[in-house]
Amino acid sequence: MARSAYENYSRGKSGLMFAICVSSTVLIITVLALVTGYLVSVGYKSINWSFFVNDPIDAPGLAYGMRAGIVGTLILVGLASVVGIPVGTLTGIYLAEYSGNSRLSGPVRFIADVLAGVPSIVVGILGYILLARNHYNGWAGSLALAFIMIPLIARTTEEMLLLVPRSYREASVALGATKARTILKVVLPAAAGSLITGIMLAIARVAGETAPLLFTALNYDHLTFDLSKQFPSLTVKIYDDAVVVDPKHNGAARAGILVLLLLIFTLNLLVRFTAKAVTRNRTAK
Amino acid sequence: MPSTERETSSTAVEPSSRPVPIPSASGNALAQPTMRSIGKAVGAASALTLPTPDASPRVRSAPQTPRADQPAEIHAELAAEKHVLQIVDFKLYYGKTRALHGINMGIPSNKVTALIGPSGCGKSTLLRSLNRLNDLIENVRTEGSIRFNDQDIHDRRVDVIRLRKRMGMVFQKSNPFPMSIFENVVYALRISGENRRKTLDEVCEKSLRGAALWDEVKDRLHQSALGMSGGQQQRLCIARAIAAEPEVLLMDEPCSALDPVATAKIEELIHELRQRFTVVIVTHNMQQAARCSDYTAFMYLGRLVEYGPTNTLFLNPHLKETEAYVTGRFG
Repeated sequence: MARSAYENYSRGKSGLMFAICVSSTVLIITVLALVTGYLVSVGYKSINWSFFVNDPIDAPGLAYGMRAGIVGTLILVGLASVVGIPVGTLTGIYLAEYSGNSRLSGPVRFIADVLAGVPSIVVGILGYILLARNHYNGWAGSLALAFIMIPLIARTTEEMLLLVPRSYREASVALGATKARTILKVVLPAAAGSLITGIMLAIARVAGETAPLLFTALNYDHLTFDLSKQFPSLTVKIYDDAVVVDPKHNGAARAGILVLLLLIFTLNLLVRFTAKAVTRNRTAK
Repeated sequence: MPSTERETSSTAVEPSSRPVPIPSASGNALAQPTMRSIGKAVGAASALTLPTPDASPRVRSAPQTPRADQPAEIHAELAAEKHVLQIVDFKLYYGKTRALHGINMGIPSNKVTALIGPSGCGKSTLLRSLNRLNDLIENVRTEGSIRFNDQDIHDRRVDVIRLRKRMGMVFQKSNPFPMSIFENVVYALRISGENRRKTLDEVCEKSLRGAALWDEVKDRLHQSALGMSGGQQQRLCIARAIAAEPEVLLMDEPCSALDPVATAKIEELIHELRQRFTVVIVTHNMQQAARCSDYTAFMYLGRLVEYGPTNTLFLNPHLKETEAYVTGRFG
């Protein structure tokens, strides 16, 4: 049977929609591949064992590496997570489960939204004024990173918890569970997968931050664990090495970017696998 | 369909009131004759196909705006029963809207009481008032009292957590928690701080047997509950609700999302459960009310209209409104 003009038109429209979606995806994957490919092609030459075991000290006879920055970033991000994940998650739980129509919930939600969109350099300046003035230190750096994490985590937590069907909460409450128990045993586990993804994205985001650290932890060329003084980080080191005119430093910066990417990527995979394992254990004990 | 049977093409009866053939619970001797007679009554009604209650010469129309002075018709048989729950002049407001208008009814103990009525008539709201689940909803306000074993459940001294432990609840959509089957069943015990493995195992088996699910799941107790079929999930929810040995079991349209076979299983189960519990069941399905309940309450627009033994209410109702509804002529 012959198709009518309208049928042809709507089939055409459907095909067009499909084509647009596919080409957008292809475009974004191409860009991603180009960026990654470029970074790998320029960075891999500078990556060697000495890059990981030596500190970035310019001295004759010493090999140049970024150990201080790598370890520093791990410490800063780890500490930021220790503060940011609980505070962010609990704020999200408050917004989703407790605030209801209270007068506090609107402002808190609004502030969280604004904070999540604040440029990181503003957070850096705030950290400088409040925590680091005249005395750069690692604590200030990790707190500044935590401050970026909190609103991100709070908002994703809220949204993910609101996706948990209300019938779960009702069933739990109807069995005589308290609100806290309902949240901890039923609501949070039901949303665990997406909560972990949200936290992971927040970690990846702060691991790549430079501006807040420039104003708070600044930089340090030796491996250190003393957070009360200037503290090294991979991102600030990359920035420093990229802006000087010197092939050794530039090469290290390229390698540093690649290492940072790999770090975030590995973290991503690790968290994803643990999340999966956790979910499996819970449902099939 | 021959045109003589329908006056106009737009007089379609709402799906909820159309008689749906559902196989009755097997071996349920009590319910069989009732089922058949109601089937006849409903079948006769569908041939009439009345567009609105007003258009019928035989049935007085239901009041569109119910009068405040209209008392519910409560059959004499109920006075002889021992009531575990006594609802006295209970009113409930969602904000400024009154959803329940002075309900007076007793729930007889160790019987199955069905609440029927068209959508939005307040059946579920009333059911959820019994274990104060409406407390979770913002802007809900109540007046009057609900007495549970002679104690007002809204009394300030009543511990609402303990109250809810004494009333199991099964919901419209099965809602097993994302945990193992075992953990779902013993959830209420864990809440009470019971962690002895032996007790938990015993209660788990007993509850699953009580919900007629044990044989199907005994080999996969520690797998996720989400992998079960819809009917199994709903029976798991029943097992979960009876694990804590509640006194009353509240069921909010427990079969509305299930296929006829699963429905039959659940109805059979309800019939058995009343030996141990008082059951209150909300249902849209009149055949279901007829098959598995001892008493039926017909509600309309937030009022209790008629309340009596299920057989009488379906076959010989006292009020025209009830007759019109149970024969499928409106609703």
